[in-house]
Parts: sequence; structure tokens; C-alpha cells
Amino acid sequence: MDFTDTPEDAEFRAEVRGWLTANAEEKKPGAIYKAKYGEAALIPLSQEWQTKKFKAGFSGITTPLEYGGRGGTQIQQAIYDQEEVNFLVPRHIGSGIPLVIPTLLVYAKEEDKKQFIPEILRSDKLWCQLFSEPSAGSDLGGIRTRSERDGDDWVINGQKIWTSNAQHADLAILVTRSDPDAEKHKGLTYFYVDMKSPGIEVRPIKQISGMANFNEVFLTDVRIPDSQRLGEEGEGWRVAITTLMNERVSSGARPAPDFEDIFGLARDLEIEDGPAIANAAVREKLAHWYIQARGVDLTRMRTLTAMSRGQTPGPENSISKLVSAFKRQEIALFGMDLMDMGGGLMSRETTPMRAVFQEAALEAPSGRIAAGTDEILRNIIGERVLGLPREVRVDKDKPFRDLPTGV
Amino acid sequence: MNFDFSDDQRMLRDQAQKFLTDQSPPRVVRDVLEDSAKAYDEKLWGEMAALGWMGTAIPEEYGGAGLCPEDLCVLAEELGRSLAPTPFSSSVYLATEALLLAGSEDQKQKYLPDLAMGETIGCFALAEGVGVPTPKNISVTASNGALSGVKEPVADGDVANFVVVLARSGAADERGMSLYLVDLDGVDRESVETIDPTRSHARLTFNGTSAELLGAEGEGWDLVQKIIDRAAVYFAFEQVGGAQASLDMAVDYAKNRFAFGRPIGSYQAIKHKLADMYIATELARSNAYYGAWAITTGAPDVSVAAAAARVAASEAFNHAARENIQTHGGMGFTWEFDCHMYYRRAKILSLNLGGERRWKDRLISQLEARNAA
Amino acid sequence: MDFNDTTSEAEFRVEARDWLASQVPKREPGQAYAVRRGDDALLPLAKEWQAKKFEANFAGINLPKEYGGRGDTRVEQIIFAQEEANFVTPPTVFGISHGMVVPTLLAYATEEQKQRYVPATLRGDEVWCQLFSEPAGGSDLAGLRTRSERDGDEWTVNGQKIWTSGGHYADLGVLVTRSDAGVEKHKGLTYFFIDMKSPGIEVRQIKQISGASHFNEVFFTDLKIPDSQRLGKEGEGWRVAITTLMNERVETGVRPAPDFDDIFALARDLVLEDGPAIADDAIRDQLADWYVQTRGVQLTRMRTMTAMSRGQQPGPENSIAKVVNSSKRQRIAQFGMDLMDMGGIVRDRASMPMESLFQDAMLDSPGNRIAAGTDEILRNVIGERVLGLPREVRVDKDKPFADLAALEK
Repeated sequence: MDFTDTPEDAEFRAEVRGWLTANAEEKKPGAIYKAKYGEAALIPLSQEWQTKKFKAGFSGITTPLEYGGRGGTQIQQAIYDQEEVNFLVPRHIGSGIPLVIPTLLVYAKEEDKKQFIPEILRSDKLWCQLFSEPSAGSDLGGIRTRSERDGDDWVINGQKIWTSNAQHADLAILVTRSDPDAEKHKGLTYFYVDMKSPGIEVRPIKQISGMANFNEVFLTDVRIPDSQRLGEEGEGWRVAITTLMNERVSSGARPAPDFEDIFGLARDLEIEDGPAIANAAVREKLAHWYIQARGVDLTRMRTLTAMSRGQTPGPENSISKLVSAFKRQEIALFGMDLMDMGGGLMSRETTPMRAVFQEAALEAPSGRIAAGTDEILRNIIGERVLGLPREVRVDKDKPFRDLPTGV
Repeated sequence: MNFDFSDDQRMLRDQAQKFLTDQSPPRVVRDVLEDSAKAYDEKLWGEMAALGWMGTAIPEEYGGAGLCPEDLCVLAEELGRSLAPTPFSSSVYLATEALLLAGSEDQKQKYLPDLAMGETIGCFALAEGVGVPTPKNISVTASNGALSGVKEPVADGDVANFVVVLARSGAADERGMSLYLVDLDGVDRESVETIDPTRSHARLTFNGTSAELLGAEGEGWDLVQKIIDRAAVYFAFEQVGGAQASLDMAVDYAKNRFAFGRPIGSYQAIKHKLADMYIATELARSNAYYGAWAITTGAPDVSVAAAAARVAASEAFNHAARENIQTHGGMGFTWEFDCHMYYRRAKILSLNLGGERRWKDRLISQLEARNAA
Repeated sequence: MDFNDTTSEAEFRVEARDWLASQVPKREPGQAYAVRRGDDALLPLAKEWQAKKFEANFAGINLPKEYGGRGDTRVEQIIFAQEEANFVTPPTVFGISHGMVVPTLLAYATEEQKQRYVPATLRGDEVWCQLFSEPAGGSDLAGLRTRSERDGDEWTVNGQKIWTSGGHYADLGVLVTRSDAGVEKHKGLTYFFIDMKSPGIEVRQIKQISGASHFNEVFFTDLKIPDSQRLGKEGEGWRVAITTLMNERVETGVRPAPDFDDIFALARDLVLEDGPAIADDAIRDQLADWYVQTRGVQLTRMRTMTAMSRGQQPGPENSIAKVVNSSKRQRIAQFGMDLMDMGGIVRDRASMPMESLFQDAMLDSPGNRIAAGTDEILRNVIGERVLGLPREVRVDKDKPFADLAALEK
């Protein structure tokens, strides 16, 4: 085991750090980037940053050279991510890099790969993911959006929900039900679609925090050429699984506040008898969050080592999201508790760390639900990692249209 | 021994529940949430005044109903359940109780009848921004009957007619603290944004503002502890009401939402979560009941009872509100669903009288004092 | 609301306290009775103490006078329990006998049987055990397989029970059997009481983590039971068993040790790196949680008593007490050892704080979270019976039991 870099890795790390130092501002504890996820202002900033990365060869580090990537290793990607965390840079917008590229690499025609993948890496085109529906969230296999074949076209009708960035996206990946008489996981077909197509309407959903990171997307007689199908007719579930496996790998970003932020707050804030960090009850919580944060980081590194040996990333990655999303909520709420009677104040000008604890308290609930709820992730760990038997299913071996819905 | 409210009190609860279901449905709360010009629902406040709720625990000689704190607790639970967006807690649990505890006869005559009618709104100013207010760091000062300095956040400070203020009148220690009554006409006050816009908060700036002593000089710190002990029990009832409402919403959703062909409430992952919410809510309710009895009868362990009620209720409501969102899945974190109004209220109630960490410490201090006695 | 006694309650409390003071020493915080559950020496001491209570009319306080009770209410019973908790008395071995068997006998036995068994049980002369769980039917009690076959006025029983508390010293037992494997699982059960000295019964003690043996395996080989010892109708044993179990949830009011008072006392007495443990903020934070839980359970139980005094049945709300107390006890035991730091591992009654209470409980407490309703089953009970949530999808309904049993093989 070696937690230090090999000579080649060290060289790569130095290159990354040098480039980042030259092109971005280093992060101070408690500092946050000027535009937040969900704010429209973030989009051009993110696209500009992504283009810079692409030119420097740091976008798509693991993507093959022929599609505009670096052709590098997962370890190099991890090194880049570890370094980038220390700088104030905008988040990548959309599903393009984490979800769409891995799916296109497996299922798209050569010409589509050549066209779309470099566009995504440069951030010229933004993609979104049209998967969840009002009656099919955790239970994605329960989607109802219909696709019906009409000559060389498909006609799509239905509604999607929880679509991040749909209002900004140029393209989308889409799962539909092409056969409601088949068993629920067997009647699905997967496409990509131009978001400017006639018949697509996007309505933002306002969240608790007041921001609208998600949308409803209504599809009315949307026509998609059959050439935009990914995978065989009726095999959309398998394609969707490829996409989702990558969702669990990619959600490695650590939105603030995390351990460093609550540690910084505890050092700076005076409570009844001195700095908060001198209080044993506070220290105990800090210790708990440190080992969780560090445990997640190190577990991710172990996964990378496994991947560098050629193993596919397994559902162990669910650990990271499960732990981090809940930890963020706990840290946000505890930070407010430390601020005591003034903890409810949320002015960015006067509240510590630009009210990051207060804002995160309102955003954190969605982190425990979007991209796999806490409960679904625990099922995945139980069933796919530990090999426990599945829940009794009452929705198998029946035509989709006969299933109970509670409505 | 009888560990439940009386038949009359339970009738009062039923009436209050029915009234608030009609007059304070989620739409009324949401109006205050979404309209930044609206600090509280004045119509609802007027209807509550017509029922005499603000005067519940005010003696009849000052225009109140002369009922006991237990009756007020019954109302508090229902107000918490409905999230009623009014200055009730500031005016009744804090300002009125401060006057009952420490007011001179003149002061009582002057304020209590209007408070009882809901025509005057009082509030209570202790916090001075982020952090824990202590005798060492209270910076609002009093000299020659005039206050200077800034208090924030002051719940309902933007709509109240007067405020009870803790200020430093002597040394920076417990004996140097005094309570003052200040008429808010002409005081510089500004709304401040908090995590719960359904309860308005303000920054009050005193600049040589004339103030009247409430209680004796140098007794302010002790009085605040007594006021907060009592308020902790009323707050605990609001929190228990809110926790129960959150649990009810989650149970209802879990029975009706289907995933994988079954109602989600049939899965143990959800069922056990809801069972834990129920357990926390019931234990908090029991502690709150004892607190109600303790403040009503002046039981010797009233401070232990109050702290236990507060700690249990803060934890229960924060937990129930948080996991109610989780149970609702994606809909739970939308602005459109009501879950977040409970999540916000849970946190603001657990901070208004001081955070959970500090109340847990206070509980152990009270137990040490009780055992030493 | 009134947490004070009424005049008559206060009189009863004084009577109880005076009587207790005349019989046994007062308990200091953290002080436990010298003989613990699981020690062989306990039984005669517990019986002796129970007989004293019976003679002084403090046994079966809420039970009818004609069966040896006092004929008072549950409030008096709770008052006595509150007072008794302040004295050093033997841990009870009559929880099942008094809490579960007596209510079942009162509901299902003949008048003659009630006269014969209830007073003797209240006096502690006869101890009962509960022969319910089996290797294949624990939480899922109705999955039991011990067979009973009728032959005229006599039944023959073959099979095995497990987790039988006190089976090795019990005089009598209540027993659920499967009399018909051809019907749905809850419908083919029949309930009896038996003499534990009958031929065909073999009891084997199970050694637990703590080294003690509360529990037993009980084997039946051609055990003969007269039909007169059947409680409830043939095939209706499930309903009788539910009566027994509902009372289990009410009865588990025994004070767990260590509880809040014990860890609070330990924290005051124990000196850590920079002063008494209780001055440490992290410890105070933890203590506060346990105090509100402990107090919450006590007060919730009192609320239940008030509801019962209004004529309401005790509901599954009582599951709260067990689910909270058993986890809390385990955590307190482990935390107490953590406070003792490097020395916390020593298990020696002579030298360790509170006679090694924390160390003993650390080993003993896992069983509490399992016996008499696991944490998981109790949460199901709360979810389904209190909150009205839908039940788990059952794959074991509407099928003959014999087919189910084959499925598991």
C-alpha cells in the first residue's frame, strides 16, 4: 500500500497544481465560489472554466484520445479532483461528463461519439437526464412516458420531473415505455433528444431554498428519429443502468459545509466560556465528522485502486453519497446551533461564512433524496454488496399496465 | 395522580384545533412565507384575540381569563401544530410572563389589559447576533434610564409595540444585568432575514432610547432565567405540536405513495423511521406534560422539568421535520409542499431560546443543583 | 393534570414506604442488590421477599381480592413500584408469572383453576415459565412447530421450545402448540398450561455472553397433558397467546440497570484527566439525552396508567418503553466503561465501581434488545398498530402451515 504518488503520478500532480495555481484562486477555509449551483450566473462561468480545462487537457482525463479526452487513468482523474478541490472553481453543469459520456461510449454509433463527446468535454453543449417521473422516482422502472413507433420516428408523450438544468440543456438522454404490456423492466426504450425539439416544455420547480435546480419537463408528440435510439428497443433498462452506475461513481463533489468548514467555525466562534472548539461536546462531534469525511475520501481512493486494476466500480460507492449527504445536513444544522440565538440569521453579509450553514440547511434535504434516496442506497448496499435477499416484489411478472399504483 | 389534561382542557384543545384548522391552514402560513411585506397574519391575530387567547394566563383583575399555564400549554401545542404565523410566543410566553413575574403594579396596569386583548404586542430582546449571550458579552448598556446598543434577532421586534430588553446596567457580570421596558415607537428597527420567514425578526438599534426598569436593578439575569424556564415549556408544546403534525404528514404520505407496486409505508426502512419519529414525539410530549404541571404548580424541580421538556421537544421536532421531508422524497424538498415550513419552524424554535447544545448543558447543571440540594 | 398524589394515594404511598423501610435497606444511587438475575442463589431470596409482600398485601395490587390480590388500581401498583425502586430488594423472578400468566389465567381458566393457581402464584410459591419461542419461530411466533395431538381427553406433545426464561426452576409453564398443520399458520394453534415436573420434559440451560443462564431449551417427548389444562378453544391458541403477549408489553416496567441515575452518579464520582467526569461537556451532552429519555419513558408510562384508569386498554404504545430502555441500557453500560478508560475492561464486583454493574450489563444488554420483542418487531408494532401503516407483504398467509415449513428447508 502506498498513499504517496508514484514518480509519474507526482509529476502529473505537480503539473495539475501548477496549472490550477496559474488559472484559479486558491480556496481559504470557509470560502465559497462566487456563484452557487442553481444560480443562472454559474452557467457561463462553468462553461468558460470547462473550455479552459479542455484546452489544457484536464477535461475528460479518462476519455479516449480519439474523442477529445486525455486517454489517462482513473488515478490521474482522482489526482486532478483532489487538487481542484483546493481551488475556487465552478461546478460542472449538467449530466454530460458524468453520465452521458460513459453511456455514449457503450451504446452510441461511432459518428455520434465523435460529434457529441468533444462537445461535452468543451462544454459547448449541455446535457440533461430525463429519467424520473412523478410516479417513478426511486422506482425508475415504473416510468410511464410513452414512446410509439411511427415509421422511422418515435413519438413521445408524457412527463418527466427532477430534471436538473433542463432549462439550459441542449440535449438530453431519455428513458421511455415503448411496451406497457411487457413486464415493467422489459418494455423500456432509451433515446437521446434535442431539447429544442417541438413539443418539449420545461417548467422550473422551486425548492425549499428558493432556488430552482430542478424542472418538470412535459413531452407532447415529440418526434425522435430512430437513429437516436441507444440500445435495442425494449432494452432501455439495461442502458439506464449503465448511466446510473456512473451516477453513483461521479457524485464525489463535497458541497459545503463539510468538516473543514465546521472546524473553522468552531475555532472562530466564541461561545459561553471560550472558543467553541474548546468545548468537549463540540470536539466530540468534530471528531465524528472528521473520521466520516476522511473515511469517505479514503474509501474512494481504494475504489480507484480497484478500478486501476481493471475492476468495475461497484455499488460500494453508495457509501460515499449516503454518508456525505447526511453529514452535510447535520453539520449545517449543528453550525446553526453553535451560533445559538443568532443561528437563524441568514444574511450573507453578516452571518459567518456568508451564511453557508443556513443556506445548506435548506438545501441539504434534497441531497439525501436526489440521485438515490438514503433508503434506496441502503437497499443497494444490503442487496448488491452484502448479497441479502431482495424485498418481496409484487411488481414482477405482470404486464406494466396491471400494476397497483395507489392512485 | 393524573397524568393528562382535564376534560375542560381537552375540550379547549379540540376547540383550538378546530379553530386553527379553519383559520390557520397551510395557505395562511404560506402567505406570510411568500409575502415579504407581511410580518404576520393580522386577521388570524384578531380572531385569536376575540377568543381571548392572549389573556389566557393573565389574572382577571388585569383583563385576562385567569386560567393557568396548563391551559396556555394546550393552546401552544395547537399553535405549533398549525404553525400559526403570529407574534403569540413573543407577546404571551415572553413579554406577558416577564410582566407577570417582575412588573410593578403600575406596569401591570399599563400593559396587561391591552396584552390580554391582543391590542398591544410585546417582544423580548436578549440575543445580540451570532453567538451565546452571556453577562460578559451583553453590550447593550443602560445608563440614566436610557439604552444604547443593538439587539438582533428579536422575534417580532418589527411589529411589537414594546420590548423587554436585557441590558448591562453595571459590571459585566450577572449582578450587573437589568431588565428594561422600552416603547418601540420611534426606535430604529429593521427586519432581518432568517431561515423561517413565517416568523418575523428584527434588529433593534437603541440610541439613548428612554427605558423603564422592569424588576429591580441587578436582577435582570436571574429574571431572564426564570422567564426562559417558563417559556421553554410553552415552546416545548409548540414543538410537540409541530412534531406531531410532521409525523402525521409523513404517515399519510407513506400510506398513499406507491413504489415497486407497494405503499412505501410497508417497507421497514420507512416504517421504522416513522416509528422512531413517533417515539421521540411521545417522549417529548411526556416531558412537556410534566413541565406544564411543574410551572403551573411551582414544583421545586421546575428548572429540571423545563430543561428536559425543551431538550426533548427540540430534538423531536427537528428530527420529525427533517425525516418528514425525507419520507416525501422529491416532493418533500419542493417549495410547493408544506414540509419545509415545519423544517424551518423546528429550527427557529430550537434556536430562539438558545440552542440545543446549551440547553442540554443547562439540564445537567439543574440536575446537579437538585441533587446537591 | 396532577403529578402529586391524591389523599388516598398519598396515604398508600406512606404505608408502602413505611412497610418497605421496616423490611429492607434504602438504596444509594448505583447500589444494586448483591445477587443478580441468573445467579442460582436468587430464587429462594426472591421467593422469600415475594411471600413477605403477599402477606403484607402488596402483591397483585391491582388484582381482585378473591384471588389474593389487593383490589386496588394500577396507580397504586405504580406507586408501590416507585417506592420499591428506592430500596434494595431482590430482582424479581415473577415478571412472567405475574405480568403475563396471571392475566391469561384470569381471562381463560376455569374458576376452580383460578382459585387453585392465582393466589399461589402471587405469593411466589409457584413460578411459571412461558413456552412460546422455538428455534424456527422467534419473532415469528406463529411459525412454531411443536405438535400436539388429541387422543380422547388427553393430548400428546412432541417438539422443542427455546429462550424459556426460568425454565430450569419453573414449577409450571404456559405452552403454545400446533394442533393442526393442515390449516393456515395462525389458525392451527392450541394453548395449554403444564406441570414442569411431568414426564417427557427435558430442560437444558443456555449459557449467554455474560456467562449467566437465564434461558433454556425445553424438549418434549410424548408429554401427556389432560384436556382440562387447555386454555381457550382448540385451534384458538393464537388469540390466547396474544393476551399473554399484550401483557408482556405492559409489564416490562422493571427498572433497567444501569440507568440514568447510575451513569449520573458514576460521572460525579469518577475523576478524569481534568476533573470530575460530569464537568466534561461531551459527557453532559450525552447525559442530557439519557435523562430526557429516561424521564420520558417514566412519564409516558404514567400517562398510559391515566388512560387505563379512564377505562382505555393499554395499547401497543407501551412498546416505546422497551425499545428505548433496552438500547439505552446497552449504550449507558458501554459509555460507563468508556469513562473508566483503560481500567474499564475489568469485571470484578469487589473492586469495580458499582460492583461491576456496567461491565455486567454490557454483556447482558444485547439480550434485552432481542428477548420479549426485538427492537425491529417493536418498531413494526408501532408502525402498524399505532400509526396504521400497511403491513409488510406476507408470503406466509393463506397457505397450509405444512407447505410453509417445507419452503424453508
